[in-house]
Amino acid sequence: MNEYNLNESYITNIKEKSVLSTKDLQVYYGDNHAIFDANLSFPRHEITALIGASGCGKSTFLRCLNRMNDKIARVEGEISYRDVNINSSKINVYEVRKHIGMVFQRPNPFAKSIRENITFALKNAGITKKNDLDERLEQSLKGAALWDEVKDDLNKSALALSGGQQQRLCIARSIAMRPDILLLDEPASALDPISTSKIEETLKTLSKDYSIIIVTHNLQQASRISDYTAFLHLGHIIEYNSTVNVFTNPHMQATEDYVSGNFG
Amino acid sequence: MNAKKIDRIASGVIYALVATVVILLIAILGYILFNGVPDISWSFLTSAAQSFSAGGGIRDQLFNSLYLLVLTIIVSLPIGLGAGIYLSEYASDNWFTDLIRTSVEVLSSLPSVVVGLFGYLLFVIKLNLGFSILSGAIALTFFNLPLLTRNIEESLRSVPNLQREAGMSLGLSNWKTTVKIILPAALPGILTGLILSAGRIFGEAAALIYTAGQSAPTVDYGNWNIFSATSFLNPMRPAETLAVHIWKVNTESVTPDAHLISSASSAVLIIVILIFNLGARYLGNKLYNKITATK
Repeated sequence: MNEYNLNESYITNIKEKSVLSTKDLQVYYGDNHAIFDANLSFPRHEITALIGASGCGKSTFLRCLNRMNDKIARVEGEISYRDVNINSSKINVYEVRKHIGMVFQRPNPFAKSIRENITFALKNAGITKKNDLDERLEQSLKGAALWDEVKDDLNKSALALSGGQQQRLCIARSIAMRPDILLLDEPASALDPISTSKIEETLKTLSKDYSIIIVTHNLQQASRISDYTAFLHLGHIIEYNSTVNVFTNPHMQATEDYVSGNFG
Repeated sequence: MNAKKIDRIASGVIYALVATVVILLIAILGYILFNGVPDISWSFLTSAAQSFSAGGGIRDQLFNSLYLLVLTIIVSLPIGLGAGIYLSEYASDNWFTDLIRTSVEVLSSLPSVVVGLFGYLLFVIKLNLGFSILSGAIALTFFNLPLLTRNIEESLRSVPNLQREAGMSLGLSNWKTTVKIILPAALPGILTGLILSAGRIFGEAAALIYTAGQSAPTVDYGNWNIFSATSFLNPMRPAETLAVHIWKVNTESVTPDAHLISSASSAVLIIVILIFNLGARYLGNKLYNKITATK
C-alpha cells in the first residue's frame, strides 16, 4: 500500500439541502485516534455511501451520527441536525435515535413476533391505537418490500424468517418510526446476492422519502445505489463527491487506487 | 503409536469416566428410591410426625420446606435480579465490579453450616427473630443469592449485543431495552437457574438447623391469619424442614420406625428435586417458545 498524504482531501459542497452535517468530528477509542477532523454534509433524500478499506473508520463514523458510540468511544466536534448540535451531553439521545434510525450489519430482529418487532418501539413512543399501529405495520413492511411475503404470518416469530427477510424486517422496524435519516452499516454483507439486490431496490425506493447513509465495503453496491460517496482512509475523509465522480473521475490518488482495486 | 490407536484409547478412557459418573448417580438414586418409595403412602405424606411412637408422617415438614422455599425466593429473587441486571447491563468493567464479582464468588463458596451459624448469631439472637421461618429464609437467601445473581447475570449476558443495539437504535432507553427486550430473551435461562437453585434450597439442612429450628409445632392449616401463632402461614414460627427432619430422625430420634421415616423422607426429597429439574427444562422451553412466538 502506498503512503498518502492524509491531510489532503477533496470535498465538494453538496448541491442539495443538507440534512445532517459534521464539523471537525474526532473519535477516540481510549488513546487511539480513530477519526480525524471529519467535515461532511449529507444531502436530504439521497443515498450517501461511505466506502473505504476495513478499519478505515467508516462504521465508527456512521455510529457517531445517532450517538451509538456513547460509552464506547469519545466523540468530539459537532454533529448538526436541524441546526442543533446533537453531539452534546444536553441532548436526549433517545429522542435523537427516533429521528435517526439505524440498521446493522447482521440482522437483529427481536425474539418476538413479526408484528411485535414493528409495533414494540411504536408503542413505547406513545402510539397505542390499534388502527394506527396496523397502518404503520403495513406501511413499513410494504416500504421494506416484505409485506407480500409475511402478511399472512404476522404473528409468527421473526426468528423463523430467512436472513434477507430478517434484514428487511429490521429496515421496516426502523422506518416504522418514521425517522428523517436512516443509517445502514453494511446491511447486505451477511446476505446472499438475491437478498442483497432486494435490499438495494428497497433502499432505492426509500430514498424518495428518507435520507440514507450507508456504509459498504462493496464498491459495486456503492456505485449502483448511492448518489454521493465519501471515501475514508485511516480515519481521514479523503474524498467526497457525487458517486459518478468518485468512481470515474477521482481527484485523489488514494481514492483512485481504492476504487480501482489496488488495495482494501 | 499411531493417531488412530491413541484416539481409541482416549475415547475408551473418556467413556469409562462418563460411565463411572452415570453408575454412581444411578446407584445413589436407585438406592434411595428403592428403599424409600415402598414406604411412601398417602397417610405418610398427610399425617403429623410422631416423637415416640411409630407411624409418624411428614406433613408439616413437607409443607415447611415448600413454604420456606417460597419465602426464600420472594426475598432473594428481587435482589438477585437487581444485582444481575446491574452487573450485566449497567456496570462497566472496573475494580469495583471486579470486587463485586469476587465477593459474590466468595459468598457462594461459604460452607452452608457457616451461613447457618452466622444466621443464628445475627437473626436468631441479635435481631431477636428466634428460630423462625423468616430467619431460615434470610439465611437461605445468603446461601442462594450468589448463584442466583451469577445465573441471572450470565443469562442476560448470553443475549447477543445486537439485541441491545436494536433497542437503542429505535430510541428505547437502556432500562426499557433491558426490561422489555433483554430480560424476556433471557427469561428461560433465568427460570431454569431459579428452579435449579430451588432444588438446592429444598435439600438444604445445615443452614437451617440453627435458623429455622428443629421443631415442627402443630399448626392449623385452616388458620389463614398470618399473624396468628398457630397459623400455618406465620413466618415467625419455628419450622423443621424435610431435610432437617431426615438429619434429626437419623441422629436423635427415638421413634421405632426412624429408619423407615428417613428412607421414605429421602425418597420424597429426591422426587421433589427431580420434579424441579425436569420442570425447569419443560417450563424453560415452553416459555421460550411462547415469548419468541415459535410454535
